[in-house]
Amino acid sequence: MRNIKIILVFATLAFVIACGGNNQKPTPDSNASSVQKKSEVSDYDPNRGEGKFNEQNVILDASLNKAFADAGEIASGVKCTSCHKMSSERLVGPGWKGVTERRTPYWLMNFITNPDPMIDKDPELQAQLELCLVRMPNQSLADEEARNILEFMRKNDGVK
Amino acid sequence: MRTNLLNFLAGILTVLVLLSSCRPKNAATAISGDAAVKSFVAPGQYDEYYNFVSGGFSGQMSVYGLPSGRLFRVIPVFSVDPEKGWGYSEETKPMLNTSHGFVPWDDLHHVELSQTNGEINGKWVFGNANNTPRIARIDLKTFKTAEIIEIPNSAGNHSSPFGTENSEYIVAGTRFSVPPDDADGDVPIDSYKKNFKGHISFISVNQETGKMDIAFQLKTPGVNFDLARCGRAKSHGWFFFSTYNTEQANTLLEVNASQKDKDYIMAVNWKKAEEYLKAGKGKKQKVKYAHNVWDDHAHTGTSTIKTEVTVLDVSEFKDICYMIPCPKSPHGCDVDPTGEYIVGSGKLAALLPVFSFDKLQAAIANKAYDGEYEGIPVLKYEEVLYGEVKKPGLGPLHTEFDGKGFAYTSFFVSSEIVKWNIKDLTVVDRVPTFYSVGHLCIPGGNTRKPSPKYLVAYNKITKDRYLPTGPELAHSAQLFDISGDKMQMILDFPTIGEPHYAQAALADLIKNNGQLKIYKIEDNKHPRVAKGESESKVVREGNKVHVYMTAIRSHFAPDNIEGVRMGDEVYFHVTNLEQDWDVPHGFAIKGANNAELLIMPGETTTLKWVPDRVGIFPFYCTDFCSALHQEMQGYIRVSPAGSKTPLTFHVGKLPSVEKPVQ
Repeated sequence: MRNIKIILVFATLAFVIACGGNNQKPTPDSNASSVQKKSEVSDYDPNRGEGKFNEQNVILDASLNKAFADAGEIASGVKCTSCHKMSSERLVGPGWKGVTERRTPYWLMNFITNPDPMIDKDPELQAQLELCLVRMPNQSLADEEARNILEFMRKNDGVK
Repeated sequence: MRTNLLNFLAGILTVLVLLSSCRPKNAATAISGDAAVKSFVAPGQYDEYYNFVSGGFSGQMSVYGLPSGRLFRVIPVFSVDPEKGWGYSEETKPMLNTSHGFVPWDDLHHVELSQTNGEINGKWVFGNANNTPRIARIDLKTFKTAEIIEIPNSAGNHSSPFGTENSEYIVAGTRFSVPPDDADGDVPIDSYKKNFKGHISFISVNQETGKMDIAFQLKTPGVNFDLARCGRAKSHGWFFFSTYNTEQANTLLEVNASQKDKDYIMAVNWKKAEEYLKAGKGKKQKVKYAHNVWDDHAHTGTSTIKTEVTVLDVSEFKDICYMIPCPKSPHGCDVDPTGEYIVGSGKLAALLPVFSFDKLQAAIANKAYDGEYEGIPVLKYEEVLYGEVKKPGLGPLHTEFDGKGFAYTSFFVSSEIVKWNIKDLTVVDRVPTFYSVGHLCIPGGNTRKPSPKYLVAYNKITKDRYLPTGPELAHSAQLFDISGDKMQMILDFPTIGEPHYAQAALADLIKNNGQLKIYKIEDNKHPRVAKGESESKVVREGNKVHVYMTAIRSHFAPDNIEGVRMGDEVYFHVTNLEQDWDVPHGFAIKGANNAELLIMPGETTTLKWVPDRVGIFPFYCTDFCSALHQEMQGYIRVSPAGSKTPLTFHVGKLPSVEKPVQ
């Protein structure tokens, strides 16, 4: 019984010490924001991801926008294909084949423009990180670039 | 009798203890109470100020935080730096070009932050190369040396890089007077008085781009120029230069240049010089100097040799320069924030003369001259003097200002900082610095609006201060809280090289001034960039092999290269494909005779490598980049000269594996 009390005291102390850190000013980098938003994990929507894109602002035509897809192919060549193959084979990151069937378009756009907070929260991304061991880098994609890459992914998945 | 002796000894001991307690023997005893807390900045929290500190004989500039004293970065400027590949990569080599060829080192003495209306604007910081005269401009968006300009007609560029209050000009005054570059320099050294001349360069700065140009030079008598300060506010348009060796000696200067009771502070009316230039009075002179410019889009420096400079001989114009007599071998000549007071610090003088700008103007108007010095009017000391600070200490060097009416002067010989009132010239506080203080820095201390919370003293000798590291010790900097009436030391930290001057600016001014986190890969205009792995390739051009390589967490492409032969020169053009902050990649290869590369996100950098033997050479990333950083590696195969090994390269191709026996 006494031992438990001691443990409780220590646990309380540890808690107080751990909480002490919260008084510090949050820094603007991604690590800090992930700490800050831990409490909001339950708000995370694995279908939408986290970022500025949603059902309203990402609207796809049934058919392929060829201009977008071509621009997306060029952007992917600069920023993505060092690590991703067009097949389903994993290179550094997973292959792109079928990705537009597995994920919603806005999830994809959120992830490629805002990877760090999503890797911290998305259970599937965390599982994938255990396989790949390299966090997808933030490649500073412009919104337009991200949209074009999405279209290129659709083309890769057979959208005509 | 014995008791008396004991009492006597005890008495002496008490006196000794009392004496020694009057003056602390080391910095540790000077720090008391909550001093250390005042300098503590918790990890993750930011310092209030950036402190740009000259690296002295290291040739570099260092960046510290204040009040923490934490070293953030060493910016390579005039010396090659293998850590960053500065002066080793093909792109940076032109930055160290001079009329003497590649000069891979120098002695960076002073720093100067750019200003607008007499206040720091956070755009650039300038540094001077003392040895092979050069001025560098460092861009504070990238913390990278953006431009280096060599100074002709000069030797020992000590009196620089001091700037005017809108950075219209950065000046470079020669320390050594020498025969001008277009004259026959093959003259007897003892013909100094006849053949040796001083030159002061006014380097213009484009306010948008920062681009520098030598606007004009002033040809002066052959004295040694030491330090300088621009006029500000009411004295804007003037510049003040301290001189020594007005005796014009050429040997054993420690005696022969200390003959006169007074040397001079040379006051220059540069607006007047501009008028003469506009009127076409300048003379074009043949010279040779290098002008090196860094291009942030091509990630490449270019060096241009220039061959002409415009010179005004000040003895031909009686209203550009005036000599203010100043006791004795003046070092610092510092102008207070109002622009009215000019403080001369005679290294060998037992007093501090303070000159008045208003009295200077009146003396010039009244022609209150005391003759001429080689064609330059010499003003009467008493007519220009505001007053003297009597017996302030020994060996005054530098003065900084707090904008609240006080000046802080460093005393090299008596090792102390003395705070005094500019109006009534009385000493109000003094603190020991323990060893030979040289230079002082108050953030904005040379501007119209100082930010008087801290003062840093840079010591020249550091005996007994830190753990010994052989005969050579780190120089020490000491941070004082000057927010109250009395100075209080709150930190003592080591520096690199020998800092000769430092300036500091509010952190927000610099970190919020468009700080670059990455180079946009779209803007990369390097002629041998590979924008994406699909553009990576190896191309043979005669005996030159160009490798267009990409780097991203966690591999290079290509990572297997064959077909290089002995006698080839291999150029690795490595593009870092990352677009994320703080993810540089390194590139290093076995046996490289120069250095490694450190490639910033979105940048392309080239390492030249000449294989010296046949075999397999591994290369790898030197800057930790991810959990698989160690796997970021590859091989290059070198075959004998004339061999038929085809040039091949790839990434991700595995050897054909035989099926294991069942």
